[in-house]
Amino acid sequence: MTAARDMRLQGVAKRYGTTTAVEDIDLDIPAGSYVVLLGPSGSGKTTLLSILGGFTVPSEGRVLLGGEDVTDVAPARRMTVTVFQDYALFPHLTVGDNVGFGLSVRRMPKPEITRKVDEALALVGLPDMARRRIHELSGGQKQRVALARAIALDPAVLLLDEPLGALDLHLRRQMQDELRSLQRTTAKSFVHVTHDQEEAMALADLIVIMKDGRIEDIGAPDRVYNAPRTRFAATFMGESTIIDGTVSARDGAVANVETGQGLLSFDSDLDNGARVGIAVRPEKLRLRAAGDGEVGLGEAIARVVTFQGSFARVTLEGAGGLSLLAKVSPELAPEPGERVALSAAKGDLMQIAD
Amino acid sequence: MKRIASLAAVVGGLVAFYVFIYLPVAVLVLFSFHSGRVPMPPFEGPTIEWYLEVLGDGKVTEGIANSILVGAVSSALATLLGFLAAYGMARHRPPGSTAIQAAIMMPLTMSYLVIGLGLLILFSALDFGKSLWLVGIGHVVINLPLCFAIVFSQLGGQQAALERAARDLGASEVQVITRVTVPMVWPALFAAFCLAFTFSWDEFVIAFLLTSFDVTLPVVIWSMLRTGLNPETNAAGTLVFLVSLAVALVFELVVLRRRGASS
Repeated sequence: MTAARDMRLQGVAKRYGTTTAVEDIDLDIPAGSYVVLLGPSGSGKTTLLSILGGFTVPSEGRVLLGGEDVTDVAPARRMTVTVFQDYALFPHLTVGDNVGFGLSVRRMPKPEITRKVDEALALVGLPDMARRRIHELSGGQKQRVALARAIALDPAVLLLDEPLGALDLHLRRQMQDELRSLQRTTAKSFVHVTHDQEEAMALADLIVIMKDGRIEDIGAPDRVYNAPRTRFAATFMGESTIIDGTVSARDGAVANVETGQGLLSFDSDLDNGARVGIAVRPEKLRLRAAGDGEVGLGEAIARVVTFQGSFARVTLEGAGGLSLLAKVSPELAPEPGERVALSAAKGDLMQIAD
Repeated sequence: MKRIASLAAVVGGLVAFYVFIYLPVAVLVLFSFHSGRVPMPPFEGPTIEWYLEVLGDGKVTEGIANSILVGAVSSALATLLGFLAAYGMARHRPPGSTAIQAAIMMPLTMSYLVIGLGLLILFSALDFGKSLWLVGIGHVVINLPLCFAIVFSQLGGQQAALERAARDLGASEVQVITRVTVPMVWPALFAAFCLAFTFSWDEFVIAFLLTSFDVTLPVVIWSMLRTGLNPETNAAGTLVFLVSLAVALVFELVVLRRRGASS
């Protein structure tokens, strides 16, 4: 059993001619952690995975695995295995031969291969499937075989390129739970690329939000959700309303911020004159005047109210056409056209420096 | 009425076309069973006398054996070289790949006479006697472009992704080719081999120029023809045709069966 190892990217950049795929990447993947690279398409998350896997050699920077420089080490000799988006299973081999492929090319004795293949298949919940042909499998089963093939090799780090992308929603959520428990059982590091923020939050110990080839924010899911570092992180990880303003006065630890929705005051260390965005999650935006420990956020006119079962989704228009979003209990939902006061608990305001 | 007329024209045209193409073959086959000494109508027979005669003729059987040897070896070599060239071009995109590809395909446009003469002049300058080996080399030259093109067209992105996965799982370059690429494109390799074999099997010009004592079947038939048309040449010609047909049939069966299995 290979012990999990720390993996680290130091000052990594990849350029193709004049276009930059990723740059300024410093990333620590602690041994045994589940890291999710999250970002829209073109954000460089797949390039980053490819650099970790050794398929792409970075133009700058170093890749370290267990303290050893593996920047120029080919995928075949790197202790990482990639589970590809299209699974890349060999159609001319059986399930068992697919799972045993990596062991077989290393000339491991047959009985040992058979044992490890059975172990790996049992681990992904497909015991007794070794003799099946690949084309007889469903999408979810192919996904599991691809996982088993990677795990059978006992890599230090498992790299997953949008592994659930081809599955339907129900299967996705199920595989998501299985991936997480597989990672716990094997105690290996998993690095998982996705553009689905729900998937990211459900799986990750560490979320890495990427945009335009750079890391926007990095942290535990609750930290990234509750205190996003950048405007992009606040909008990509779940929905947010962002109210822009300028710090107009300071009073001890409290900053007064001039915004289109009026003067807001909250705890902040920003200097006078600093521009700031104040983000509120839709479920934290209250449609009533501020009470104790709350901050008034001015007024707005309800425009669209959609009943969604356990909550109502309310789109509001604030000063200067600012669009705000709230999720409230259906019985508290205003009528479209109604003018309502807005507020939020002090702790629910997220400050985003630009 | 007009439609019926145009339909009749199309059908008539098609019939004329197929008659034009296949009538000579049909006549050749039919008169190989002709019992008279001269293969001229009216047809008499049938008889398999001429087949027995041809197959009892040491020159003919030797020619058949030589043709099979040259065909099998040269086609295997052309397929191997074509595959390696295609793999290199498809996976590594060397600088000037368009020019290299054009150079590989060039022999397709050259006449067999030029290729045969070129080889003859070159090898006599090297003091290398005429032999079946030279014919084999000539057949590799004419079949390589074909084998390259067939295999190259089958080395798509899907295989590239699988080869990448194999490398990631620790396979060496040789293992990638033998365990992933070849098993996946073997129908193309088989097709290339069959096609090359049928071309080599009835190729005459190069075989004629580059052999002296040991000759291939087309050259044997040619020397039989020098004494005039007779049913034996028809029988030998029919045998050549049948072998080509058999190879084509096997190839169709294998490729079609695989298509049926994968769908």
